[in-house]
Amino acid sequence: MNGIHDMGGMQDMGPIQREKNEPVFHEVWEGRMFAINRAIGAWGKWSLDASRHGIELLPPADYLRMSYYERWLTRNVELLVKSGLVTREEIETGKPAPGSQKATPPLTAAAVPAMAGRRGNFMRPEAEAKARFEVGQHVRARNINPVGHTRLPRYARGKKGTIVRHHGIFVFPDTNAHFLGEQPQHLYSVSFTARELWGDEASSRDSVYIDMWDSYLDHA
Amino acid sequence: MAVPNSKHAQEHDHDHDHDHDHQVVPSDPALRTKALESLLVEKGLVDRAALDELVDAYENKIGPRNGARVVARAWVDSAYRERLLNNAPAAIAELGYGGAQGEHMVVVENSPKVHNLVVCTLCSCYPWPILGLPPVWYKSAPYRSRAVIDPRGVLREFGLALPEDVEVRVSDSTAEVRYLVLPERPAGTEKMTEEELAALVTRDAMIGVAKIAPPPGGEA
Repeated sequence: MNGIHDMGGMQDMGPIQREKNEPVFHEVWEGRMFAINRAIGAWGKWSLDASRHGIELLPPADYLRMSYYERWLTRNVELLVKSGLVTREEIETGKPAPGSQKATPPLTAAAVPAMAGRRGNFMRPEAEAKARFEVGQHVRARNINPVGHTRLPRYARGKKGTIVRHHGIFVFPDTNAHFLGEQPQHLYSVSFTARELWGDEASSRDSVYIDMWDSYLDHA
Repeated sequence: MAVPNSKHAQEHDHDHDHDHDHQVVPSDPALRTKALESLLVEKGLVDRAALDELVDAYENKIGPRNGARVVARAWVDSAYRERLLNNAPAAIAELGYGGAQGEHMVVVENSPKVHNLVVCTLCSCYPWPILGLPPVWYKSAPYRSRAVIDPRGVLREFGLALPEDVEVRVSDSTAEVRYLVLPERPAGTEKMTEEELAALVTRDAMIGVAKIAPPPGGEA
């Protein structure tokens, strides 16, 4: 989706604002939201890709106005309702629906340290997938504009690059985000010169390395 | 972050003392998060103690000191450095680190001729197990948008002016691969212990927006 989240190359976002001795969470609720996100993710009702797409579905004005964890809050309410874990009415009333059964949380406090090591391995080395490219080959990123989720940033579409590293076979976000399966593909690091991406005024030495799935690429 | 519609918030913007002894009017997301947490706990969807554990882990246990230890080890042990550059997840696991958002690590090495910078233009991908959660600026539109089109300008904003003959390589984390910059070891540190070296390593240097300064009193 050509959304506001895909902001690589924009120039009108203002100066970078840094903060000295920044806390991990600025408000207590941000920490709670971070933790809730992990704990509800443990239900396995949606993937990380679907979750990212949930943020991308925010209207652009909201996306830019909201703080980071406010986006998570909005997205998580939508995911909870869509997955059926919670009803819209329960969100509005703040109370479980009368007569609803109490579940058992899949994530306990005791499991938190171990869960950190276990969760979310995205590599699928055993999957049947053909590698169409090898390190050193010249490629061109496809000019695709899907209305759904993709991790091919706009600024690289149609641009020529070189395969610099083969990462292995990984879950394909473009399908996984839409509950269409993992459909694993080979993943590569592709280098693009700054001039290829941004024109002749860019530095002749600099480059951007972008991780790209096999189907994002054509031979060049 | 800030508390909208609150005079208090405007006066105390970026004052993050969590031991407030006075009333703060909760922001809307704070109230909504609290209501959501109560609902999820009542429905048995999340365990409140697990949330506490998660917040504690990322506030107190997982952070850039982990990455600093990895960097210091690589500086003093060339065999470790090789392992880190060739198989980062395994080398990082040797020091006991790993887990969510750090499963597929790649370490990129800075040198007098190459400077690496890491960004996630599409969202906020960051190597949690070794750097903790990202600072707000890393997740912000100004950094995400400009790091790929004007990395030298971004670095100047961080106070780092690189000579023209240094190649700038930006890694855009578009997949589940997470990048850590191995900064250059500063001059004047030859006699320092691994522990002393780790104390010099900054989060910003491991993202690539800074170099590591020589120690005070050390030879530059």
